[in-house]
Amino acid sequence: MLRLEPRPQPSRLWTLTTPPLAVLITMIAGGALFAALGKDPVEAIATIFWQPLFGEFSFYYRPQLLIKAAPLILIAIGLSLGFRAGIWNIGAEGQYIIGALAGAGVALAFYPYESALIFPLMVLAGALGGWAWAMIPALLKLRFGTNEILVSLMLVYVAEQLLAAMALGLMKNPEGRGFPGSRNLRQYDSAHNAELIAGTGMHWGVAAALIAVILAYILLSRHSLGFHIRLAGQAPRAARFAGVHPGRLVVFCLGTAGALAGLAGMFEVAGPAGQVSIDFNVGYGFTAIIVAFLGRLHPVGIALAGLLMALTYIGGEMAQSTMGLPAAAIQLFQGMLLFFLLAVDLLTNYRIRLRQREVA
Amino acid sequence: MTTPLLSIHGLTRAYPGVIANDAVSFDIHEGEAHALLGENGAGKSTLVKMIYGLVKPDSGSMSLLGAPYAPANPSAARAAGVAMVFQHFSLFDALSVAENVALGMEAPPPMRQLAARIREVSQTYGLPLDPARLTGDLSAGERQRVEIIRCLLQDPRLLIMDEPTSVLTPQEVKILFSTLRKLTAEGVAILYISHKLDEIRTLCDAATILRHGRNVGTCVPQETSAREMAEAMVGASFNAPRRAGQAAGAVALEVRDLSLPAPSAFGTALRDVSLTLRQGEILGIGGVAGNGQDEVLAALSGERLTEPDTIRLDGAPIGRLDPNARRALGLLAAPEERLGHAAAPEMSLTENALLSAATRERLTRRGFIRWGAARAFANRVIAEFDVRTPGPETAARALSGGNLQKFVIGREVLQRPRVLVVNQPTWGVDAAAAAAIRQALIDLAAQGAAILCISQDLDELLEIADRFAALNEGRLSEARPTTSLSLDEIGLMMGGAHGMEVAHV
Repeated sequence: MLRLEPRPQPSRLWTLTTPPLAVLITMIAGGALFAALGKDPVEAIATIFWQPLFGEFSFYYRPQLLIKAAPLILIAIGLSLGFRAGIWNIGAEGQYIIGALAGAGVALAFYPYESALIFPLMVLAGALGGWAWAMIPALLKLRFGTNEILVSLMLVYVAEQLLAAMALGLMKNPEGRGFPGSRNLRQYDSAHNAELIAGTGMHWGVAAALIAVILAYILLSRHSLGFHIRLAGQAPRAARFAGVHPGRLVVFCLGTAGALAGLAGMFEVAGPAGQVSIDFNVGYGFTAIIVAFLGRLHPVGIALAGLLMALTYIGGEMAQSTMGLPAAAIQLFQGMLLFFLLAVDLLTNYRIRLRQREVA
Repeated sequence: MTTPLLSIHGLTRAYPGVIANDAVSFDIHEGEAHALLGENGAGKSTLVKMIYGLVKPDSGSMSLLGAPYAPANPSAARAAGVAMVFQHFSLFDALSVAENVALGMEAPPPMRQLAARIREVSQTYGLPLDPARLTGDLSAGERQRVEIIRCLLQDPRLLIMDEPTSVLTPQEVKILFSTLRKLTAEGVAILYISHKLDEIRTLCDAATILRHGRNVGTCVPQETSAREMAEAMVGASFNAPRRAGQAAGAVALEVRDLSLPAPSAFGTALRDVSLTLRQGEILGIGGVAGNGQDEVLAALSGERLTEPDTIRLDGAPIGRLDPNARRALGLLAAPEERLGHAAAPEMSLTENALLSAATRERLTRRGFIRWGAARAFANRVIAEFDVRTPGPETAARALSGGNLQKFVIGREVLQRPRVLVVNQPTWGVDAAAAAAIRQALIDLAAQGAAILCISQDLDELLEIADRFAALNEGRLSEARPTTSLSLDEIGLMMGGAHGMEVAHV
């Protein structure tokens, strides 16, 4: 019989090998799922993982990779700080929406005035918007001890209603012939988050994600605040002994996550999406939770996980259109990835042994 | 002699990387109080777990009254007449005594009948206990009685007791011993695990000494000196800490009327705690576990804040300062719970050095961590306090309790505190390491630091403290010079024995 035995120390080898192993198992289980749906599993897996990068139409899909990965990474970096400290912000989707609304709001307020200052102002507004939305669960937690998981999650639905109200009301395009949705910011030069290098998908959001990865890495490995974040998550009592103020950590972690999610939303609305519309948000805020864990809450890991997740998004779309796979199958596939990761994660702290023969 | 009650032949049990028991053999006879002696990690726990059916031996055999005995699980052991009282109680606070007893039985009788049986047994053996009381309200001594009575209800032939006196006042120890003597007089054998040599000498008829998993000798405790037994346990002679008396200096720490509500439902509220601690002095605070020890440490370390004037360091009010501000002023602390409080289990020793030494050892610069300096400091603690570990990158949880304790105490001592507060500094630490830790505290005091030592080990406090005070239900007694105190007086300061009067019936 199999038996789990705790390791004296977390295994370094398994910490590094579990994510690729989880991807591999997901491919196998996902392939079985696709086979059960009557599709060729090898072709389906190849469509998801290979075609977008090296297939016939990769020139179109490769830039998409960065465009999709940037918001995921940006949000996941913010979330990972909180997750490490044991602060569970599940409402990044809402903070993402509010950031987009705040950024777009600034742009629409200045339209059609052109200035080089508008875009920086939008960046600031986006970050502030997301930060403010995240401060609601933070302050409620500090003042009344509410659970940040519930409050932040519920605020997602509030933000979605606000988004719909804006798209249909205040921010609706006056020249849009009654269609819901704002003006297209891509046609407003001062506000357009354009590609920095044409044809690569590289926009300001990608740059911001890269900067966030580097700063988060420095914070966690070199700065005492990062040390306190890790300490608070691993041993809350020891953290208090070390002089950590739990309340300040809550404010910092939720605030940073909110600001980064807000930034992601702002870059999205000013670039790839272009306008505030009812269905502007596509679940980046939730997928980023998977990305954060898939990347082991480590900044570099998150960057890689974000790219991988973006790949399954794009490949999934391809598989939908070329092979007729249902959208739910792709979501299931992404869910499996997190499931298997958490499952094989066990190997970092435990080893599996065959039960020794009983001695009479 | 007749057939031994329990006979053990060559029991061996290995864990990955360590042989916990290596061919251990000995006999226990009916009506005998048999001591199992050894340092932490000597293999005592593994051995009794095998006898109690919790762990299977790799090789070797046991026989009970001549018949082969190989319990597959604890209930098989209990059925054969082997009962055990664990060091850590497995009681539910929210249940009554009778309900807790019922939970540990194979086929509990109806509650009313059980309550009557509990009363009967508790009276016979001088262990007063009301079956209807809520377990959460009981003292540690009373909780232990619940465990003992649970065992006695099953008419055991062999009763195993793991460090039973570590949570008792001296008076409660007396009650326990008279109960145990009654049991042996009735023919019950007792396997008594302890490292308190004096107790073993008063109670036990025979002793088996384990060292590194091997049986290194048996002796008759009454005929052997405590020192000889200690040396057999350690395998070498060691120096008991020496205390050079010295005049106390100026007041370093003053606490006046410290009252704090209990931090949780089963915590203890502090009531009007006052104390004065002078430079060069060691003040010992005794008391049974759970009488406010953790709470006193938290209030002094800065984990819980008070009114500014309640706590004064060198005359300055510090009641509202956080732990690091207090550290900057020279007030350091080492909590009791090593894993999760004094140290983060998953983190390396370097990171754990940073945990409390960042301020005083300047391990950060403008918020950025100087990892090189932190590692150097961790290495210094490891070297000067003889912490056995592969290196400073080892996770704290990979260290044995004693080694981690040396690290935790060393980390604070090497920061040159002006005032050091320690809680249970040698808890679960082997004799040699405990002596080293006590010596370090004494040396620190000799250099002029003021030390507040909270401990449940009275021998330790009598050995190192200049003055002694006791915590009882969140109140601190007046401090008195240790040289003038007798054990009886200390017991009374600790709140006396719970229900002692009844016990003499």
